[in-house]
Amino acid sequence: MDWFYIEGVLILAGINIIAVLGLSLLTGFTGLFSFGHAGFMAVGAYTCVYFGERLGLPFIAAVIAGGLSAGLVSLFIGRLTLKLKGDYFCIATLGFGEAIRLLLDNLQIFGGARGWPGIPPKVDLTTVVIFSLLGIIFLVFLINSRHGRAMIAVREEELAAKVMGIDVYRYKVISLFISAVYAGVAGGLLGYYLTFLQPKLFGLQKSTEYTIMVIFGGIGSISGSVLAAFFLTVLPEILRSFAVWRFVIYGAAVIFIMIARPQGLMGGKEITLKGITSILKKPGKNRAIRSGEV
Amino acid sequence: MIQILQQLINGLSIGSVYALMAVGYSLVYSIMNFSNFAHGGVIMLGAYFGFFFVTLYKMPFWVAFFGAGICSMLVAVLVERVAYKPLRARNAPFLYFMISAMGASMFMENFVIATIGPTFRTYPQVFPPQPFNLRGIYVGRLDMVMFVISCISLVALVYFIEFTKMGKAIQATAFNPKASALMGINTDFVTIVVFALGGFLAGIAGVLFGMKYTVYPQIGSITIKSFIAAVFGGLGSLPGAVIGSFILGILETLVSGYMMSQYRDLISFSLLILILVFKPMGLMGKSSEEKA
Repeated sequence: MDWFYIEGVLILAGINIIAVLGLSLLTGFTGLFSFGHAGFMAVGAYTCVYFGERLGLPFIAAVIAGGLSAGLVSLFIGRLTLKLKGDYFCIATLGFGEAIRLLLDNLQIFGGARGWPGIPPKVDLTTVVIFSLLGIIFLVFLINSRHGRAMIAVREEELAAKVMGIDVYRYKVISLFISAVYAGVAGGLLGYYLTFLQPKLFGLQKSTEYTIMVIFGGIGSISGSVLAAFFLTVLPEILRSFAVWRFVIYGAAVIFIMIARPQGLMGGKEITLKGITSILKKPGKNRAIRSGEV
Repeated sequence: MIQILQQLINGLSIGSVYALMAVGYSLVYSIMNFSNFAHGGVIMLGAYFGFFFVTLYKMPFWVAFFGAGICSMLVAVLVERVAYKPLRARNAPFLYFMISAMGASMFMENFVIATIGPTFRTYPQVFPPQPFNLRGIYVGRLDMVMFVISCISLVALVYFIEFTKMGKAIQATAFNPKASALMGINTDFVTIVVFALGGFLAGIAGVLFGMKYTVYPQIGSITIKSFIAAVFGGLGSLPGAVIGSFILGILETLVSGYMMSQYRDLISFSLLILILVFKPMGLMGKSSEEKA
């Protein structure tokens, strides 16, 4: 295996980590399900490349523009649908994701269904690592802030959160916005890494895959989401010959997790610096995993 | 004028198949309050069962047709037992049901890809291709068969739900599961029956859908349009699902007939969002606003 290939896999893993972090905030910490996150990614990707290539913005500005545009779209969608009960919101995001994909299929200025080739490669491993680190740091600070705790309260029990004076609707909108910005940034990076965009990339399958990563990692765990996104991107590369059966196993594993271990890999716990130092001081006692976050 | 009538007839025929699928979504929603996304997988398997019964085992069409229905029925019940029963047993939140359903549909779709392969397959010609000519309006024989079978099945379903003891039990469970259990209704068995009914209709709908178009592992994601129809009519309401399906079928044929066929799916999904925004309970569903 040469470095070029390994680097490619790592870059994809980093991009997936960014997208999954966003979805983790929405699903894991606010308790809202989205089957349309690939739609936000598509919005981010196409806007980012449009701003970067057609309007000549510098790379960083284009990525930020991509993220913000996905966020704006999410504000629009969220305003319309976040007042609905959870499962109706989920259905609405499903419709949104598919509608975006079909819209892009028919938009000839972006190449339609044939895709948009010839995007210059501007993403390398360093860029992706920096972006995902920023993403992780921001999310950790957010979750540990007043606002993060408010979101967790919304996830746990909406009515109780309301009684405590938390504006449930507002926090849902904020959570969706931030999550969509993450997806948009990930989309922009994906476009500049693949040098090719096609609406097909952002289908329902992609949204489902991200949701599965969040569930694998465990609902309500940042480190779990990061680990799951990393492993579920790298693992299929190792098991290349096994590729056809990968999604069969995913499907079975999802059902298994739901009936046997709904808390996922990390079970709402985090790997923290404190936990790691404590395991180093007292070898033998496995205390690396602490529930320091909630 | 003739052209509009022609489109209406095409719309009715595809709408009737949507209706067969949509009632499956609605039945499960009425009992368990979640959208069973594994339904698309059952429809897909139904199409494959029928296809192999007709081509591989050379069964007569009607035997294959009912065989596919019964096999899909077993699959649907199996999915309920494996993926939903343990969740039901511990009163898991609806999100877990949805994730589990997603896992089941992913499993079925990719199992078919891994074992049978992702190729498109076409049913052999069962009904002669030349259409009936009703004063200038052409009605394909297959369209006619689709419409008639769907209507018979839907009437049978309504009869079952309205006039049998089991049907009354289903209605009672949909109204209030806990109270019905206290009245001596075996709600677990009711759930199995609901999945069996939905599975059978999904199976025959899969065969009809496969005959009209082609059979391939991703049919499940196309049938999500019947889910739109169920939402349109109001999730959990059977008449709503049927009416929603016919409206969606007619709308789709009109869009592909008078605008552009590429916009057909786009308009269906946009319709889904619009319904959720302006009338989330659909045409005749229960209220969906969060009760606080």
